[in-house]
Amino acid sequence: MKQITILSGKGGTGKTTITAAFAVLAKKAVVADCDVDAPDLHMLLHPEVLETKEFRGSKIAVIDEMECVKCDICREKCRFDAITQDLTVNPFSCEGCGVCTIVCPVKAVSLTERISGYAYISKIKYGFMVHALLNPGESNSGKLATVVRQNAKLLAEKEGSSLIIIDGPPGIGCPVIASVTGVDAALVVTEPTMSGIHDLERALQLLRYFNVRPFACVNMYDVNMDNASKISTFCEENGVEVVGNIPFNPVVTEAMVNGKAIVEYSPECDVAKEIAAIWDRLGAELLF
Amino acid sequence: MIVAVASGKGGTGKTSVAVNLAICIGNAQLVDCDVEEPNAYLLLNPEITRAEPVCRLVPFVKEELCDYCGKCAAFCQYNAILALLERILVFPELCHGCGGCILICPKKAIEEGKNRIGVIKEGFTHDLKIVFGELEVGEPMAGPLIREVKKRLDKSRNVILDAPPGTSCPVVETVKGSDFCILVTEPTPFGLHDLKITVKVLEDMRIPHGVVVNRAGIGDKKVYEYCKGKGIPVLLEIPYLRKIAELYSRGVPFSLEMPEWADRFQELFEDIKVLVGS
Repeated sequence: MKQITILSGKGGTGKTTITAAFAVLAKKAVVADCDVDAPDLHMLLHPEVLETKEFRGSKIAVIDEMECVKCDICREKCRFDAITQDLTVNPFSCEGCGVCTIVCPVKAVSLTERISGYAYISKIKYGFMVHALLNPGESNSGKLATVVRQNAKLLAEKEGSSLIIIDGPPGIGCPVIASVTGVDAALVVTEPTMSGIHDLERALQLLRYFNVRPFACVNMYDVNMDNASKISTFCEENGVEVVGNIPFNPVVTEAMVNGKAIVEYSPECDVAKEIAAIWDRLGAELLF
Repeated sequence: MIVAVASGKGGTGKTSVAVNLAICIGNAQLVDCDVEEPNAYLLLNPEITRAEPVCRLVPFVKEELCDYCGKCAAFCQYNAILALLERILVFPELCHGCGGCILICPKKAIEEGKNRIGVIKEGFTHDLKIVFGELEVGEPMAGPLIREVKKRLDKSRNVILDAPPGTSCPVVETVKGSDFCILVTEPTPFGLHDLKITVKVLEDMRIPHGVVVNRAGIGDKKVYEYCKGKGIPVLLEIPYLRKIAELYSRGVPFSLEMPEWADRFQELFEDIKVLVGS
């Protein structure tokens, strides 16, 4: 079984557009959306949910007002400033560590589980999709991304699918790390902007750190040809293969508005053709 | 006044709006809280006057005092400590730094030491102060670094906070304590979907908010219908113009080359002041 992650560092470079196209081209892959706090892939692939699982990623402190003697010790010892002046727990700051439960002299504080989101196993026209939705403002996006990865693996084994395509979140933090550990390769989607270049460098460093084979492609390369060629040179110097340059074309937004992957909506357009070519190059390199 | 700029979906133009706003209103401090991918300084080329490493506290076990009772490992909610028969393993990248293991250890065998998670840089261009954090590659948790960045707010100025994308803890950490939050979106299904999740976060946190529509003209009208239905003010529309995209690609804030936008960003700020009531 092969696993490939689409990531970018910078947000909005086209990860999901490319992942959706790959899902269509792959025909029978398991597609995993690991961008669990702002997932968008479902709007192009229209999963039919087969199974929903509650995700209990974190705990929260609860103070029993009847027992509390207002000694203030929990507030002093909390390192996340999660206990307010009037000794209530701020759910946006509490990290569920439990320090308050051990320092409380009258055992008035306890930890309770909270449902932090949901994980889904679904069917799509082109195989299967695993995805999730973190509750707004929750922590533990990395843990939930890991759950999505586990679901993908189990499903691929069960369905005899030889390929998992993972749509990663932006950034380089916990959910991104959870999306790239142990995969066979990653495709970094960048754009020819100063930010795109900066974030590409950090994404490649991350892949090196976790020993993942990198590929790169430049989306909307014709917005700034100078920067696009700078990216090519940079990648060449660092031994990273650039597998494609995708032009800017408003038809991509049109496809999104119509809820379709670009290779379905306009298979003959320059963007669809270039993504298909990228897919073939990756297939040849990775033998899927 | 503290104004955060957030979005949900990445790449909608948060940094562009934050930078242009900070330049145009004068006497501002721009604080880039997207420590995973700090980009604001790329548009400003500030003279860096200070760079400070940031560490966070993680446990170190003094094996000579430890009797491997395993209470620390049992207490840790993040599985950052593993107790074996005659060994204790600490995984600093999982540690949230709560200090609970030190409190619970009956042998006082755990001490805290520093683990570097990133660097905070401060600088200025003209009258604009800029602060940003850079997370070490491989370090999973942005939250502790964002908290450190936010300790450097200069409240004698108007503070603009540039948030990371997404809707989870790093965004909450950034917008916490803001007087207002600008939500930058694009008028597409992805933009709208992620905007809705972010609005829910801000409603729960009771932070007043308004929308800036970037790349207006592409996509569809559903973002506007949603805002109207929810009573969320659309404060500004920035059209999709190739010139703006090209300026951004070269790292130039577009209000510098298109001076008519300086007035619009000032008006945006005046409108926000009215909404906040200050």
